[in-house]
Amino acid sequence: MPKDTGIGASTKRREDLRFLTGRGVYTDDLSLFGQAHAVMVRSSVAHGRIVSIDTAAAEAMPGVLAVFTGEDFKDVGGNPAGWLINSRDGTPMREPKRPVLAHGKVRHVGDAYAAVIAETYAQAKDAAQVLADATVIEELPAVVDMRAAVANAANRVHDEIPDNLCFDWGWIEDNRAAVDAAMKAAPHVVTLELTNNRLVPNAMEPRASIGEYFPGTGDYKLTTTSQNPHLTRLLVCAFVMGIPENKLQVVAPDVGGGFGSKIYHYGEEALVLAAAKRLGRPVRWTAERTESFLSDAHGRDHVTKIELGCTKEGDILAIRTETLANVGAYLSNFSTATPTFLHGTLMAGPYKVPHVYVNVKTVFTNTAPVDAYRGAGRPEATYSIERAVDKMCRELNLDPFEVRRRNLLTPDQFPYTTPVGLVYDTGNYQATLDKAIELADVSGFEARVAESAKRGKLRGMGLSTWIEACGIAPSHLVGVLGSRVGLYDAATVRVNATGTISVMTGAHSHGQGHETVFPQIVAEKLGIPESSVEIVHGDTAKIPFGMGSYGSRSLAVAGSAMDRALDKIIAKGKKIAAHMLEAAEGDITFADGKFSVAGTDKAKSFGEIAFSAYVPHNYPLETLEPGLEETAFYDPANFTYPAGAYICEVEVDAETGKVDVVAFTAADDFGNVMNPLIVEGQVHGGVGQGIGQALCENTSYDENGQLLTGSYMDYAMPRADDVPFYTVDHSCATPCTHNPLGVKGCGEAGAIGSPPAVVNAVIDALHRGGITHVAHIDMPVSPNRVWQAING
Amino acid sequence: MQMSDTREIKAAPSEVWAAILNPEVLKECIPGCTEVTGNPDDGFEAVVTQKVGPVKATFKGAVTLSDIIEGQAVTISGEGKGGPAGFAKGGAVVRLEPIAEGTRLSYQVEANVGGKLAQLGSRIIDGFAKKMADDFFNRFQAAVEGPQTPDESAESADGDEADSADKKKGWFKRLIS
Repeated sequence: MPKDTGIGASTKRREDLRFLTGRGVYTDDLSLFGQAHAVMVRSSVAHGRIVSIDTAAAEAMPGVLAVFTGEDFKDVGGNPAGWLINSRDGTPMREPKRPVLAHGKVRHVGDAYAAVIAETYAQAKDAAQVLADATVIEELPAVVDMRAAVANAANRVHDEIPDNLCFDWGWIEDNRAAVDAAMKAAPHVVTLELTNNRLVPNAMEPRASIGEYFPGTGDYKLTTTSQNPHLTRLLVCAFVMGIPENKLQVVAPDVGGGFGSKIYHYGEEALVLAAAKRLGRPVRWTAERTESFLSDAHGRDHVTKIELGCTKEGDILAIRTETLANVGAYLSNFSTATPTFLHGTLMAGPYKVPHVYVNVKTVFTNTAPVDAYRGAGRPEATYSIERAVDKMCRELNLDPFEVRRRNLLTPDQFPYTTPVGLVYDTGNYQATLDKAIELADVSGFEARVAESAKRGKLRGMGLSTWIEACGIAPSHLVGVLGSRVGLYDAATVRVNATGTISVMTGAHSHGQGHETVFPQIVAEKLGIPESSVEIVHGDTAKIPFGMGSYGSRSLAVAGSAMDRALDKIIAKGKKIAAHMLEAAEGDITFADGKFSVAGTDKAKSFGEIAFSAYVPHNYPLETLEPGLEETAFYDPANFTYPAGAYICEVEVDAETGKVDVVAFTAADDFGNVMNPLIVEGQVHGGVGQGIGQALCENTSYDENGQLLTGSYMDYAMPRADDVPFYTVDHSCATPCTHNPLGVKGCGEAGAIGSPPAVVNAVIDALHRGGITHVAHIDMPVSPNRVWQAING
Repeated sequence: MQMSDTREIKAAPSEVWAAILNPEVLKECIPGCTEVTGNPDDGFEAVVTQKVGPVKATFKGAVTLSDIIEGQAVTISGEGKGGPAGFAKGGAVVRLEPIAEGTRLSYQVEANVGGKLAQLGSRIIDGFAKKMADDFFNRFQAAVEGPQTPDESAESADGDEADSADKKKGWFKRLIS
């Protein structure tokens, strides 16, 4: 019998009521008295020297209140990279300044070099055009292609960086010789060159920011589309603007999706604050969709050569990769961590491969910054490995299921130290593989191939066994790896006098469902109704210092902090109950919402204890503070390691190259599941994004750095008819061993595991159809590319 | 994008050459062009209104002539700013050689767009640029030679009373004859 409340119940998302009825309150919904409107002036060339900006005509336009250029911010700080990476030779990465507004040079189409503030949006927009027309930018040759960027030292994105390289990273450098030797000795080596296509995040809500300044107190307020308001506050205050942290409140109200792109601090946030101070009025900015395409941090964009050494029986002996990773024109906050420690450390996959070496060169180009996007580095790693394993099976005529079984770690090997620096705490990869095989009806596949053939379609099946490291993460570990921040999280549980509860969490929900799931955990632990619990998030003035939501970390890290705080509440409640019940504290037990004296029927309800804490008439005031509110900070001991097996079935129309995903099975191990309905929804969304990457989405710049896919006419988002009905399972759970909830995180899984399953299925379909010359097709596996591959 | 083509024009190279350097010809031949001022030595200023897919814009820009080999070759370069639509720029290397029928004109065109034109119109920009080039050289040919068939005369004849000999001349020929 499924539970209908508490941990494990499929409670419907309470926040959906407001989201689905248009009652959410997003940044752009706020309308403030006296507000002015900002419009950014963006470069239409990819690379250019700013010769002159004549602001006079724009300033004289009706309604214009102020014009800002890079000159106004040249003396404040820059937006920093959050992670310091050293090159193989020990030199630190090159870290060019990323100013609020471009100064001296513009470095990508959409790079903002000025901003106009006016009474109305239309006035600001008109004046911004006048300003653009009055600006002289000397166009310079654009650096677009990564290989050319590295090869052509004369053409520099940043004048001070001669080879356009941010760093040349080896992981783990000390293992390189052993990996080279193992590869040399391997009976068979599979080589594959592949591109992990660049993606635009496309959150439904574009970025928006409102700056306010209160001259009476000198306080600032920033309302913004952020996944982590405290991190944004830290970046704005300590790195860019030099404002004391206690003088800036950052609020992230309802946020309509982020997928990583709203982790980062962007220049517009500093701009509206500076403008609000200068004008003494609130200043607002909301991105147009085109601006989102041009200026949100993009995702992926790796070019990789992977070599996989193996025996003729398919035992993987060594993996070696060389990757060029695009960071775009500037370093976005996590851009240096994504292709390194979120990518290279996963290159052993779920396999017992003894030798792994990863080389990543990150390259500056005249394109929008690239940073973490749902999965962040782990999809790139998984795609490389799973495509190479699939190619190995094809080259050696081995069964892909059998090969996975031979190589997957077995449950008795945990905890397992990988050759790339991680310690997997627990897992059962055979179980998820078996479950996927069962649910996907693999035994009935041949019959389905024949049925498809009758309709003239080529049917194929693709497998991917994936692992990721998430719940990012232990501060001591990320600190060693170069992180400039800690990655703990925090929660305050405030029990109100009447027994209702407010939980202030450092996690930020921008669609995940925290407002539903977190109360389930509180209800379970305290024996009270879920409806008595409210979640407060997204406001630095209300919540403890938390690091926000990304990397599938909310439940594993912030949820664990909340669990710890609840433990403190129960411990204090026992002290209060012991006094009220005239018993020893050690004799008080707490269960089902009641504090009881063990072995008696003497008990006080949770509500009675709460009331007593705030109306302490009969209360041990000499030894115990009144009130019932506890805060906990939680820093995990390790990453969490969700894993799973995905099976994709496609039909390919060889005449047109069109690929239809006709079935998709996801068997995942997320550890303990708090709300199966929400977990299933997260997998649906993640797999949908993965199918989007595999079949539809691509970001294309021309040789001059012009973005050619700048609207939904040219950037193909997956639609309902591009995805199948999913079969999702998470019953093969091995609870995480080091967080109190035993949870692993499910937000990114689908986007990590699905792309190789789709591409493997397409290649399988072609081979089964006799088209055996196609070894690989780069994503997106569009009809055009499939047709070219078939007929090429 | 890049494209190239050749045309055979029934006029002497000197006539073709003179036409290329004439701002009135440029104005008549550039599709959507409403204004051309200037001269071959200092360059021209042009105003062109065009619609590329969803983007309609008026481009103002400079046209310069360079690498001039009198009577044989010239490079025409232009860059126009279209305000919110972005920009378009391009160049054409035009070569003339005498042939029995008159002149062989060959051209290599390179065209680039930026800003919204690229973001919104990239799917259609190649076709659009080819059409622009085709239109330009069609009009140019017509201007120099006169129309090939009576149907096209409306484009080049200025009035209903023009005599048939005049009709067969291109308007440019009438201008200089």
